[in-house]
Amino acid sequence: MSAGGEARLWLAQRVTAMFLAVFVAVHLVTIIYAVRGGLAAGDILARTRGSVGIAVFYGGFVVASAIHGGIGLRTIFIEWLRLRPPVAGMAALFAAIGLVALGVRAVFAMVAA
Amino acid sequence: MDAVKSLRVSVWRGGEDGRYQDFDVPRRESQTVLDVVTHIQRHLDPTLAYRFACRVGMCGSCAMTVNGTPRWTCRTHVDKVAKGETLRIGPLANMPVVRDLVADMREFFDKWARAKGQFTPTRTRDDEFVAVDPASPPRREADAGIECIGCGVCYAACDVVKWNREYLGPAALNRAWTLVNDVRDGGQASRLHAVAGDAGCHSCHTMMSCTELCPKELSPTRSIAGLKRATLGVALSSLEEDK
Repeated sequence: MSAGGEARLWLAQRVTAMFLAVFVAVHLVTIIYAVRGGLAAGDILARTRGSVGIAVFYGGFVVASAIHGGIGLRTIFIEWLRLRPPVAGMAALFAAIGLVALGVRAVFAMVAA
Repeated sequence: MDAVKSLRVSVWRGGEDGRYQDFDVPRRESQTVLDVVTHIQRHLDPTLAYRFACRVGMCGSCAMTVNGTPRWTCRTHVDKVAKGETLRIGPLANMPVVRDLVADMREFFDKWARAKGQFTPTRTRDDEFVAVDPASPPRREADAGIECIGCGVCYAACDVVKWNREYLGPAALNRAWTLVNDVRDGGQASRLHAVAGDAGCHSCHTMMSCTELCPKELSPTRSIAGLKRATLGVALSSLEEDK
């Protein structure tokens, strides 16, 4: 990849890492706070269904994870599987699309009425 | 009479397909690993090939793999590295073996050139000297990396070099970073392009073996992190070009 391309991937991975730091912290604090008295799946769904905030928060989480993880997988494909960078890039793109699909499905299950 | 204590030393012999050969070397006070290798060549087997010059940690030519770790042998005391009075000495890793303890450093130094490690002058002899304030941040950044002796220890210690043969390596990138901070240099755009590709600074995983083992106690990791920040400008300017 070109010098600029590689630097842009680095930038994208660093920026998504900043978002992920916030997402992960909020996510962990929320689940620890929410389940401290015991909370069943039905109770959780009753609170999350129809929530635009939850949809935006976890939607963003999914996208940031897919970008961040995709770029990391590309490097692993190049270094460990010895794929050529363009091939590794395509493989990582498919993996990232897969992560988005799985993540969006989960978010949809949480907020759809 | 006390028997002279001896050191069991395994030394790499031959090329890439060579093997270790054992020698017994008298143990002495304040003995360095280079002393051990020199004893073998002068007294036990004159055909042993190895490389050294200054013997005082200035020239960077005597680095070898000592008990699995790359070290400058002239300043490495046997006391510090011998495990149970045994030593295993081989050529530096991540470089082709010429013979015995001599590694081929051509690729290592070619990568300095590929990282645009040459100063690009912007003035002639008719111009005034540039006044560089020793306390200015760029000068301090350059100072932090400038004492590299080119021994190749960082390059041999780097796992990214092992995985990606094109990777420029810690020493070449550290050199590039010192020049990025040289306000007199006129080659910054091409240098930042050279250090930002698949083989450049973005391949570094910040494992810090280079910084851990650099005999001059430099931090190539810090220099590479600086290059990552500096190349953001390249990333944004090439976004412009793509339009």
